[in-house]
Amino acid sequence: MFAFNYHRPDRIEEALMRARDSGDAKFLAGGQTLIPTLKQRLAAPGDLIDLGSIPGLAGIEVTPQAVTIGAMTRHADVAASPEIRRAVPALAELAGLIGDPAVRNRGTLGGSVANNDPSADYPAACLALGATIRTDRRALPAEAFFCGLFETALEEDEIVTAVSFPVPAAAAYRKFANPASRYAMAGAFVARAGEGVRVAITGAGQDGVFRWIDAEEALTAVFAPTALDGLALSADDMIADMHGDGAYRAHLAAVMTRRAVAALAAG
Amino acid sequence: MTSLSITVNGRPVAAEIDPRTLLVQFLRDELRLTGSHVGCDTSQCGACTVHLDGRAVKSCTVLAVQAEGAQVLTVEGLAAGKALHPMQDAFREHHGLQCGFCTSGMIMAGIEIVNRHGFALDEHTVREALEGNLCRCTGYHNIVLAIIGGAEAMARLPGATPAAAG
Ligand SMILES: Cc1cc2nc3c(=O)[nH]c(=O)nc-3n(C[C@H](O)[C@H](O)[C@H](O)COP(=O)(O)OP(=O)(O)OC[C@H]3O[C@@H](n4cnc5c(N)ncnc54)[C@H](O)[C@@H]3O)c2cc1C
Ligand code: FES
Ligand code: FES
Repeated sequence: MFAFNYHRPDRIEEALMRARDSGDAKFLAGGQTLIPTLKQRLAAPGDLIDLGSIPGLAGIEVTPQAVTIGAMTRHADVAASPEIRRAVPALAELAGLIGDPAVRNRGTLGGSVANNDPSADYPAACLALGATIRTDRRALPAEAFFCGLFETALEEDEIVTAVSFPVPAAAAYRKFANPASRYAMAGAFVARAGEGVRVAITGAGQDGVFRWIDAEEALTAVFAPTALDGLALSADDMIADMHGDGAYRAHLAAVMTRRAVAALAAG
Repeated sequence: MTSLSITVNGRPVAAEIDPRTLLVQFLRDELRLTGSHVGCDTSQCGACTVHLDGRAVKSCTVLAVQAEGAQVLTVEGLAAGKALHPMQDAFREHHGLQCGFCTSGMIMAGIEIVNRHGFALDEHTVREALEGNLCRCTGYHNIVLAIIGGAEAMARLPGATPAAAG
């Protein structure tokens, strides 16, 4: 690890000020991505600003319309929340599929969306549910927030404070995890709300999480796994690496979508 | 340097440390608590598992300074004098180890499984919850049996209360 100055502000204003003054700072949340990155010397921030002591950044609020989760809320707390299990069970299930128990005890929602790993789970839920990402200065729809591989609309010194997920009529998430890392080889989050269906795919796309519009249209017309017959994602747009080529991921993403739809159609 | 004060196995500890210090380095190199092991550099093996404010964490993926003010429990803090903790005892009873490198992490993970899921565990729950703990030797069979057995024994500890069903 390269040397850095460590700060533990207890107010968000102070965290923002530190970040602006530094010009070369990184925020530290659960550390489950950032610390391994620092250990491998793949990042060398001059200042590390720990968000762990800022009150009000963690917590869960559920209304009939929306589930709002503070940025510093740990995956384990989302997975175990009885309120979320009742309102959007697929979201609690998704959180319980991230990594392993020790990773879930530390990793946070804010860190996951800020990082926008193409194989991360939360971005799929954000996109399919039409979530709003709240920061210290604005509120962004998920569609405008995620901008490609590890890229988001966040400014250098901007802090995610919470994510608000509209409560759908029904939703399901199916993920095929890489057996070693537990990250998604392909994951499909399918949500029904109003008249429409939204399908978000993670783990597969070269530009990170994306909506599968053809599948959404087919499922909005007929909500059944057979509605997906004949639809295929382009292998050329998929991640190809040592774990699987583009054609494999395109196929797997469709299989995960089919399973999520089957689970919902079965009620 | 950053000042740190934490409680490790019930004992208050204060130190001036380089903020880069990982919790596992602090435990092993400063406090000489070498029961927590480092088996990988990718946060995947779980040999370094300790409890931070009651939750299992990978101490190789936590900065020591992030533990400021917290309670840390390591494998060294489990036994009551010469009497092993029931989860430790269960690993011996069920031959849940061979070389022993992963064992402290398995025991700390095992105790958290009981805290989360209660004293009556099934094999599926234990295998799922051990996702983040790798063993190069045993093939897991006896580790799973040890955790199920250790959980039953923990129910007989004085003052044991059933964990919140999870
Ligand atoms: C073994 C292992 C397995 C994993 N498996 C999975 C998996 O299956 N699925 C999955 O989705 N993830 C997985 N992860 C990643 C895990 O979910 C991380 O917790 C998450 O990606 C990052 O969250 P964090 O709180 O740890 O963030 P950190 O590591 O602290 O930070 C990550 C990045 O986000 C920035 N950041 C953090 N919080 C904020 C904020 N509030 N505002 C602005 N920027 C912020 C940081 O500056 C940093 O750049 C795994 C990790 C490990 C170690
Ligand atoms: S040493 Fe911590 S997970 Fe391997
Ligand atoms: S007993 Fe050798 S690694 Fe598990």
